[in-house]
Amino acid sequence: MSVSSFSRNIVSHLDSSPGTSAALFVSGLVGTLAFMSLMALILIYVERKVAAHFQCRLGPMRVGWHGILQSVADALKLILKEDIVPFSADKLMHATAPVFAVVAMLLTLIAIPLSSSLTLADSNIGVLYISAVSGLGVLGILLGGWSSNNKWSLIGAMRAGAQIISYELSATLSVLVIIMLSGSLKLSTIIQSQANGWWIWRAPGVGLIAFITFIISSTAEINRTPFDLAEGESELTAGFHTEYSGMRFAFFFLAEYLNLFVVSALGATLFLGGWMPLHIGDQQGLFSGFNQVMDLIPEFVWFMLKTASLIFLSMWFRWTFPRLRVDQLMKLEWKILMPIGFLNLVLAALMTFFGFFFFATGRGF
Amino acid sequence: MVNMELIPKVTSLDERLGAMAAHDDSPLATQEYFVNMGPQHPSTHGVLRLVLKLDGETVREVIPVLGYIHRGMEKKAETVGYRQQVHLTDRLDYLCSVMNNWVVSATIEKAAKIELNDRIQVVRTIFAELQRLQSHLLWWGVFGMDLGAFTPFLYGFRDREKITKIFEETIGARLTMNYIQPGGMMYDLHPTFQAEVKSLLLYMKPMFKEYDELVTGNIIIQERLRNVGCLDAKSAIALGTSGPVLRASGVPHDLRKSKPYGVYDKVNFRVPIGSVGDCWDRYAVRMLEMRESVSIIEQLIDNIPEGKHLTVKPGAKIRPPAGVYFEQMETARGIFGVLMNSDGSEKPTRVNYRTPNFHNLWCLTKIAPGGKIGDLVSIISSLDVVVPDIDR
Repeated sequence: MSVSSFSRNIVSHLDSSPGTSAALFVSGLVGTLAFMSLMALILIYVERKVAAHFQCRLGPMRVGWHGILQSVADALKLILKEDIVPFSADKLMHATAPVFAVVAMLLTLIAIPLSSSLTLADSNIGVLYISAVSGLGVLGILLGGWSSNNKWSLIGAMRAGAQIISYELSATLSVLVIIMLSGSLKLSTIIQSQANGWWIWRAPGVGLIAFITFIISSTAEINRTPFDLAEGESELTAGFHTEYSGMRFAFFFLAEYLNLFVVSALGATLFLGGWMPLHIGDQQGLFSGFNQVMDLIPEFVWFMLKTASLIFLSMWFRWTFPRLRVDQLMKLEWKILMPIGFLNLVLAALMTFFGFFFFATGRGF
Repeated sequence: MVNMELIPKVTSLDERLGAMAAHDDSPLATQEYFVNMGPQHPSTHGVLRLVLKLDGETVREVIPVLGYIHRGMEKKAETVGYRQQVHLTDRLDYLCSVMNNWVVSATIEKAAKIELNDRIQVVRTIFAELQRLQSHLLWWGVFGMDLGAFTPFLYGFRDREKITKIFEETIGARLTMNYIQPGGMMYDLHPTFQAEVKSLLLYMKPMFKEYDELVTGNIIIQERLRNVGCLDAKSAIALGTSGPVLRASGVPHDLRKSKPYGVYDKVNFRVPIGSVGDCWDRYAVRMLEMRESVSIIEQLIDNIPEGKHLTVKPGAKIRPPAGVYFEQMETARGIFGVLMNSDGSEKPTRVNYRTPNFHNLWCLTKIAPGGKIGDLVSIISSLDVVVPDIDR
């Protein structure tokens, strides 16, 4: 019995009365929270190791085997650190801002299907929900920069606001392509529609362009190099979180890595088939043995592998590229990515209308 | 003749802060504002303070405020006398410490008419070029970091470390080195010096390709540097810039060529010059200079003549005849000149250092306005300022 069918049995067994359903939802929320906190710690460790090996060094080596407990030590340090609030800051806003950033990210995680059964809320407007809720994160950044009462923070916050709102357009345009092709806003349906081929190559050309646009604009949306203008340390010292310390700073840090996880998970779900295993040909074809072996790998592992490869791509960007300038950033979005996105959308519409995409009739890749 | 119109006018900081535009009453009016960049800021490389007048993201005016690390080096030099002041110069431009030693020693040697042998000249030249190489390597790494790419920083430091190790073996110090003194060097070369330098040269040559692949060829780097902070040749001369900053503006002025010292007249090397004087030219000039340094060391390392490393008695009192003495050399950042006034006693009556960074920084007030904050950062980094050298 695979892990997923086991959990599905538990869910169907428990899901009999409204009371247990609510209890399940709450325990799911707590589980998501725990999973995500662990995820952020792991991601921070991975980022440090990846960065180190890109830079011909070892990275954390002291705390635990190969520094595996480094993130835990860092978290402990941040908890014990003094929480400094600037004298002239708006105290309430200053305290609320990091919470906004983290909560927005946790809310998006509810909708992401980790496997066919491990989905907390499989809403029928899942994609819409994610793009709406993730937009809340910018509120946290803006509030944090503004309430700090520091000009550098304010510049960083304003940069982040302009950047995230601009790039949200491109990201949404590329997501719209997938919605159009699969004909649904529900994430589980979108994944089901990729059973015979992932959207990145199933729609000839269009899927790939949408994927590249999505990767670029989502990197910009989560403020990572080459688009880390909001916190560009050589320009704005630390941007919007200059005046944050201790646990409040850790919240922004946590949100940043959860952001990375969420956009990579979304990218994997929309373009790389989510938890769907990789299949070549249909079940009776030449590769049926290969397909059966692929099916043995649990769905959750597939999902995490795809997400991890996108996360690695993002880290690769970060440790290779320098930062864009603020006007170049806007130029890239409004003069290059947006027109491409619209053109791609029109192409996708034509394709959907004429049914011109690969493997439409149940034949695998 | 210096064209004074090309030089920005000097006014006090208070005066400029007072001259802020009057507030407009219309609801959509925007206001220019002042921001302090530094003295504690990651990209001002030390304790340089810049007061910026910003209009949104656009820099309208840059006012450098100096003096945060002023230590009165010239006064100290007058107090401690000829021989000891050499050992203060490593704290001026800490990335060119041996070169600074050399200029001050050369001035004293000129004043006291101390003769040097060939070995001293060759070894001094090799050390100066090694230091130029490590200084440019550090600049390259920091430049990448200022533009937002962290990886070049560690690549630069990794390779600079090899040069630092060579310094450490012969001199004993890694950063603030005191090696050259009036009449020669403090110690003779370490026995493994030649072999180490040769292996360094073998290592460095393919590395330049790696630097180009990582940074030079990157489209974002090129977009960020081209046509940013253009300094035309006339302004560069009028502002008194020197070194790579001047040469990037298209002025082929290098003291190693025009007034050769050491054994620079006996080696073949080219002086790279730019055309537009933007950040990209300044970047390219330094990248090419590193290759030239490698070529100079390569020509000299096998031909170090035999001889003593010191031609005067250690600790001998130096009493130059009365007069005014001046000597200048090309450090990694530009022309470092030393002026000494002697009255025939053991101590100079007046010492003045003409340090390259002070003049190179000044052109910031001319080329930075009009750009974005990001441009300002890349301009500061392309000028390659070392703050203790500005304040002295």
